[in-house]
Amino acid sequence: MRQLMSGNAALGEAAVLSGCTHYFGYPITPQNELTEYMAKRMGELGLCFIQSESEIAAINMVLGAAAAGARAMTSSSGPGISLKQEGISYLAADELPAVIVNVARGGPGMGNISASQSDYFQSTRGGGHGDYKTIVLAPASVQELTEVVPLAFDLADKYRNPLLILGDGMLGQMMEPVDFDGLARPADYDKPYILTGAKDRPARTIHSLIFDTKLQEEHNWKLFRKFQLMEQNEVRYETYLADDAEMVVVAYGMGARIAKGAIRRLREEGLKVGLLRPVTLWPFPAKALREMAKTVRDFFVFEMSAGQMVDDVKLALEGEAHVHFYGRPGGVIPMPVELSRIVARHYYQARSRDSAAKEEKR
Amino acid sequence: MLVSTIFSGFGGQGVLSMGTTLATAAMLQGKYVTYYPSYGVEVRGGTANCTVVVSDEEIASPVASEPEFVVAMNQPSFARFQGTLQAGGLLLANSSIVSTESARSDIEIFAIPTSGLAEKLGTIKVANMVMLGALIRASNMISYDGMLENLAGILGEGKARLLKVNREALALGYEYAKDHANGH
Repeated sequence: MRQLMSGNAALGEAAVLSGCTHYFGYPITPQNELTEYMAKRMGELGLCFIQSESEIAAINMVLGAAAAGARAMTSSSGPGISLKQEGISYLAADELPAVIVNVARGGPGMGNISASQSDYFQSTRGGGHGDYKTIVLAPASVQELTEVVPLAFDLADKYRNPLLILGDGMLGQMMEPVDFDGLARPADYDKPYILTGAKDRPARTIHSLIFDTKLQEEHNWKLFRKFQLMEQNEVRYETYLADDAEMVVVAYGMGARIAKGAIRRLREEGLKVGLLRPVTLWPFPAKALREMAKTVRDFFVFEMSAGQMVDDVKLALEGEAHVHFYGRPGGVIPMPVELSRIVARHYYQARSRDSAAKEEKR
Repeated sequence: MLVSTIFSGFGGQGVLSMGTTLATAAMLQGKYVTYYPSYGVEVRGGTANCTVVVSDEEIASPVASEPEFVVAMNQPSFARFQGTLQAGGLLLANSSIVSTESARSDIEIFAIPTSGLAEKLGTIKVANMVMLGALIRASNMISYDGMLENLAGILGEGKARLLKVNREALALGYEYAKDHANGH
């Protein structure tokens, strides 16, 4: 049955349906409705909800719950996620599954409570200290939120690694029709590592303090191989009108929605523009971009930031195509018509650049 | 078809529930729809607002910089949002408490004494539903009959006992718009 729900509430319901048994939160706008929803829902179901005394406490409660085998989650927004980074690094080092939600807002610093995409680096580069990565899922609609949540819990368990869902204030606050009928609870994994009391079995430990550098190096390579597997198996993206495109816009999350609107306008004007929307920001769909670059000479990156994902696009393309960029940082939400004008200008500039190059060859 | 509406007024006038009611009704009629509340800092006694986009195809952005319709339930909202309306757009104002003089000549202003009309039903609390009835008539963005059919589901179990008065309020606004709106 379709119902109208905010992104924050839908995320909460999807987590419950995915078998999340422990939620630990601390208030921050624009994700408060998620914490509010979980307070009510987890209580109804007799599951664990704690509003902790701080973000740092919440992420460490997640670590404790995951160490005991629980399907655990926490959520926050930019500034709060910064505080959680220490705990996320420990989760990765300890190889514990957890889902962390960032309903991002304008930054840096306290910033503002509008929607923004300026936490891309923080999300995709590990974020905390040490050599680690987390899968980052970036949904673009309330419905897609409900699809990535069970996936998030599954992948966290599958790889025994923390995983990030990166939304933004707009996605969290807006209401859209949503349908939970297709949501399947992810399977339970064998967890031979969890701490449940060592009665009738040898004791286990979970720790990330490894003084022996050789052993630490071995541990790091082990983690690295896991990250390699994620890169091989977990890349997800969507394309839109990309088959005949001469210019491909690369955008994610709500930015990709705005880009789609812009592309529809451009198509009406006869401009061959398409879209590639990474659903996983890490691992990044680099191969898909390189494949596209065989026929597409121009990629246009749009972000609601001063430019972060644009670096990954450049790394992926390895100089094989031109990379254009337009960004609106600070919590500004541009309209599709604005983006369509900018893309059109770059599109015609690219065309005249190519025809000038042809002239020169002659 | 893609139609954006900004609903605005005092906190407590039912501005956000006007938005969710329209959005839910549109969803049940198979439309694409987004509802986006303003969740920023607001001045006490100032404006609460939300944006509803109803469309036949996927909606790019839930934000509307130039809406087709603005609903202003109080004076500060009228002042704040009349400038955002696109040329040729329609501004529906609660003329019971809003003075509807505007410097813009490229928009249409429809004055509806919603508070006064609602009082006829014995409660000013349904002024928002009177306004919504008028908006649906003036905009034709969703089917009015279809909405009435689903009204119990739209309002939810919590408002079951208020179904009758809400239905009457919608009808009052709808009929008023039929009789008074120019060209709609």
